[in-house]
Amino acid sequence: MTDVTAEGGRNTPSSPPLAGSGRPPGRGRRDWPLYEVFVRGKRGLNHVHVGSLHAPDDEMAVHAARDLYTRRNEGVSIWVVRSTDITASSPDEKDALFAPSGDKVYRHPTFYEIPEDVPHI
Amino acid sequence: MHEETVYDALTAAHGDDARWAFGAGFDDPLAGVDTTVPDRVEPADLGAYCLMLGDDALVLSQRLIEWITRAPELEEEVAFANVALDLLGQARLLLARAGSVGVLGRSRERAGASIPDEDALAYFRDPDEFRCTALVVADGGDFARTLVRLLMASTWRLALFTQLQSSRDPVLAAIAGKGVAELSYHRSHAARWVLRLGDGTAESHRRAQAAVDFLWPLTADLFTPTEVEARLAPAGVAVDPGRLREEVHGVLTDVLTRATLTVPEWPASAPPTGRLGQHDPGRSEELTDLLAGLQGLARRHPGATW
Amino acid sequence: MPAPTLTRADAADETALQEHFDATIAAEHRIEPRDWMPEGYRKTLVRQIAQHAHSEIIGMQPEGDWLLAAPSLRRKAILLAKVQDEAGHGLYLYSATETLGADRADLTDKLIEGRQKYSSIFNYPTLTYADVGVIGWLVDGAAICNQVPLCRSSYGPYARAMIRICKEESFHQRQGYELLLTMMRGTGEQQAMVQDAVDRWWWPSLMMFGPPDTESPNSAQSMAWGIKRHSNDELRQRYVDMTVPQAEFLGVTLPDPELELDPETGRYRFGAIDWEEFKRVLAGNGPRNAERIARRRAARDDGAWVLAAATAYAEKHS
Ligand SMILES: [Fe+2]
Ligand SMILES: [Fe+2]
Repeated sequence: MTDVTAEGGRNTPSSPPLAGSGRPPGRGRRDWPLYEVFVRGKRGLNHVHVGSLHAPDDEMAVHAARDLYTRRNEGVSIWVVRSTDITASSPDEKDALFAPSGDKVYRHPTFYEIPEDVPHI
Repeated sequence: MHEETVYDALTAAHGDDARWAFGAGFDDPLAGVDTTVPDRVEPADLGAYCLMLGDDALVLSQRLIEWITRAPELEEEVAFANVALDLLGQARLLLARAGSVGVLGRSRERAGASIPDEDALAYFRDPDEFRCTALVVADGGDFARTLVRLLMASTWRLALFTQLQSSRDPVLAAIAGKGVAELSYHRSHAARWVLRLGDGTAESHRRAQAAVDFLWPLTADLFTPTEVEARLAPAGVAVDPGRLREEVHGVLTDVLTRATLTVPEWPASAPPTGRLGQHDPGRSEELTDLLAGLQGLARRHPGATW
Repeated sequence: MPAPTLTRADAADETALQEHFDATIAAEHRIEPRDWMPEGYRKTLVRQIAQHAHSEIIGMQPEGDWLLAAPSLRRKAILLAKVQDEAGHGLYLYSATETLGADRADLTDKLIEGRQKYSSIFNYPTLTYADVGVIGWLVDGAAICNQVPLCRSSYGPYARAMIRICKEESFHQRQGYELLLTMMRGTGEQQAMVQDAVDRWWWPSLMMFGPPDTESPNSAQSMAWGIKRHSNDELRQRYVDMTVPQAEFLGVTLPDPELELDPETGRYRFGAIDWEEFKRVLAGNGPRNAERIARRRAARDDGAWVLAAATAYAEKHS
């Protein structure tokens, strides 16, 4: 029996990259969206975040998640959610200083928006 | 110290000595299954039939293992390993069943007494004693051919195992019951990729179509029963492969059509060759190479246990 | 799309954030992906986790070379499941780096271009099937010593990945040791294979813990950040102490004439490690460096059309 909940238990949905790597868009997996993976190890438990993965589409994502995180344990229920579809609060409200690119996960409250001309550290 | 506690807790929590890697338990799927050979059945026939199905699985498993550390993406390494592990598991059960009904041929003399039946059969038979079909023997080729072949082989095998679940041989029925879930995963994994390759880029379409065109003729003998199957099917033990044709053709036509691929003419039914150990010329060489890789080490150390 | 930016609100805020970060570390709480973190912490972690991920993936190759030829179907199944686990470990770890803003494809490029390292141990060849057992016993064993403390890494996603990885590594070590036990009960030829493999892997396994503490300049900062928990020499000593009795039980000789128990400390003294060899292999001149990287490069390049197909399909059908 897989024990996926134990390790995901303390987790909140992890946030994806702060920003893109600045490379020109390729035609391969660099374009694949990031998915957050939630697994219910057995009936009676909550789905718990176990990690993330890139996949070309939802269908491939759920299958890759099953292969990777559960090795196809049949009793397990899996959710995959595109990271960009998650709206998250910040644990410490400290992420105001990050200016993510628009395609990344968290939708920043508008008052945190940082003008483009602020110099990088 | 703290970290030892963490580690101890982790392993203790599992306490399952039968596990060697994640998801690789070794519980016996045949525990409690009646192993008596059903009445009106020749053990030699039953064993030969188990070899046919077991050899297909073993050879296809090797073909998939060839991809490990070479797959286009890490997720695919994991998936190939999953499929290969399932097929290897099916092969082991089927070869062990063949051995248990006394079908060991010359493998037992070559292997010596200490080797389990499944290994005697896998490692100490020669190519002309293997009863696998051309479809699984054919060289893996590129990713497209590998996935199209997996689609074809798993579609055929799933159709067969579905019916084999009601075999009068309780062992075959149990093996089939376990295999159906595995094979439907293999088939859907392959189908997902065939859709994406066929309906992806111009290059992937070209490669997928080339794979289909190459593999299609290898289905010629898939639906022709051997004499063994012709005896076992009416006895309710085996499945007449002729009864699989409609489903297999239907599924493959459907997937290929959705993948925007052209479905070639189905080849005319041909008499069995590989199933009898009479492998077609090109296939025979490929099988010899494959078995050299599989068996070399075990044969260099006769009498060794691993 | 704006380039990645980490912008300063004002100096007071920066100080407050740093203090908050330091307090979190001091309290042994975990840093989570969306928390503020010093850029040096982020960069060091990305390098550390990526190097670990690369090691898992490259580490599939030495044992993977025996998958087709495994001498029994049971051993084949065990080895296949083990090698598959290593792929999974790589994936968990790459996914942890991505929570820090890295991109797996970039990291793979860096590996292939030699800009990021992986564990040197995987640059040695696997000459016989005994090597499979010895890798499980010694290499996975050393990895466990290294990695168990990382289950308490201050970075949450890494710590969580390590918990799962360590659990699986313990299976790996056990299967390796069990194979060796079986071979040591086998033919004389098999016993000789085991001893030969131990002779070849023992010293490289000691090198897995990295250079001696006196030459490990970045350790202090990593310790302060809670992303390194014990010094290289400390972990190496622990590994030796754990392994020597296992070798005795197995009936093999570890190839170090200076190895002996110090009755006062209860710990084993061992001979000098050939750090020149370590540097040579790390610099890319080990027996299999070129081959290991070439295979990753081929997988990436030959498989590019497959990923492009999946991308194109997703675009058409979304
Ligand atoms: Fe690992
Ligand atoms: Fe491992």
